[in-house]
Amino acid sequence: MEHYLSLLMKAIFVENMALAFFLGMCTFLAVSKKVDTAIGLGVAVIVVQTITIPVNNLIFQYLLKEDALSWLGLTGTNLTFIGLICYIGVIAAMVQILEMVLDRHVPALYNALGIFLPLITVNCAILGGSLFMVERDYNFAESIVFGFGSGTGWALALVALAGIREKMKYADVPVGLRGLGLTFMITGLMAMAFMAFSGIQL
Amino acid sequence: MSKAKDVLLDPIFNKNPIGLQILGICSALAVTSKLETVVVMCLAVIFVLAGSNVSVSLIRRQVPSSIRIIVEITIIATLVIIVDQFLKAYAFGISKQLSVFVGLIITNCIVLGRAEAFAMKNPPGLSFLDGIGNGLGYSIVLILVAFFRELFGAGKLLGFTILHSTNDGGWYLPNGLMLLPPSAFFIIGLLIWALRSWKIEQIEEEN
Repeated sequence: MEHYLSLLMKAIFVENMALAFFLGMCTFLAVSKKVDTAIGLGVAVIVVQTITIPVNNLIFQYLLKEDALSWLGLTGTNLTFIGLICYIGVIAAMVQILEMVLDRHVPALYNALGIFLPLITVNCAILGGSLFMVERDYNFAESIVFGFGSGTGWALALVALAGIREKMKYADVPVGLRGLGLTFMITGLMAMAFMAFSGIQL
Repeated sequence: MSKAKDVLLDPIFNKNPIGLQILGICSALAVTSKLETVVVMCLAVIFVLAGSNVSVSLIRRQVPSSIRIIVEITIIATLVIIVDQFLKAYAFGISKQLSVFVGLIITNCIVLGRAEAFAMKNPPGLSFLDGIGNGLGYSIVLILVAFFRELFGAGKLLGFTILHSTNDGGWYLPNGLMLLPPSAFFIIGLLIWALRSWKIEQIEEEN
């Protein structure tokens, strides 16, 4: 139990997907204008992440890994080179399902997310999560915890940035720096703060 | 003819994918600490972008919209696997340095963003030019960022020493911050500030 708890904390804070690995930046910068939208997208990412990483884990363990097909009686197989296309296929399918469900049941959130919902597919935090899972050789239970934790960490950073940006409208910023330019600066400062977590062992 | 020219040249300054459309930022932060890796990365991205735009544009009338994302992603992933295997065969050292970021070209939002926004609505010829143009716009920003990071972080360009660092008995004290990822945020932020002071109409509306 302790092992899973420390894995969760590590995934949320120490190895934050957004601020320590800089994954999923495009959506991170574009959808952080309002806290409400940020929370919506954050939840969507947590859901997609928690489902796709364990599913990809099963695919990796039972289909792609070296000698993974031994349960079929085949030995000496190694399909890791088609890994990328499998992981992204799972992710794209999940996002498409999520898109249909949101369109049907939560149209307000569907409209607010706009083009960024299909772009969750290409959110590098999600594919990055699956690649890290493969690289670190997590088992099934660990991959559920890691998926949930990394999604949560990303969502947390997104909501924090949205909060700061909402307050920034009271600041007097040079004209050319307004909007995107300033967002880069803020994210840079947040990332520097998060670098303080790096190297902490739980 | 002038439309083709606009499609090719607009993304470089007027509609820069990184500066205005906020696409393709992750890799801009992660691979830019050295100029050499950036050049390889840019070539890979231009190849994938042009290839995927043409392929998506060719089948745009046959694909039902409810499964379009999966189809687009499959095309992109195939192109990226080709690039990945090619780099492993002919430039193994650089492929090692780029590590997961070649794979992450799949999730580089420029590629899917352009396929969705442009190639689904335009004929293959224009889509090809759009792919090349956006690839160049992306490359220019990346090369600028890498130029500053490598020059001030290590005192070198493409591995050749420009500023003699104190470690080798020279006069330049390398700025370690430049080698850390947050510096890329600051440099891109400053580039956007410069671009928008020059082209004022790119400043987004206050809401």
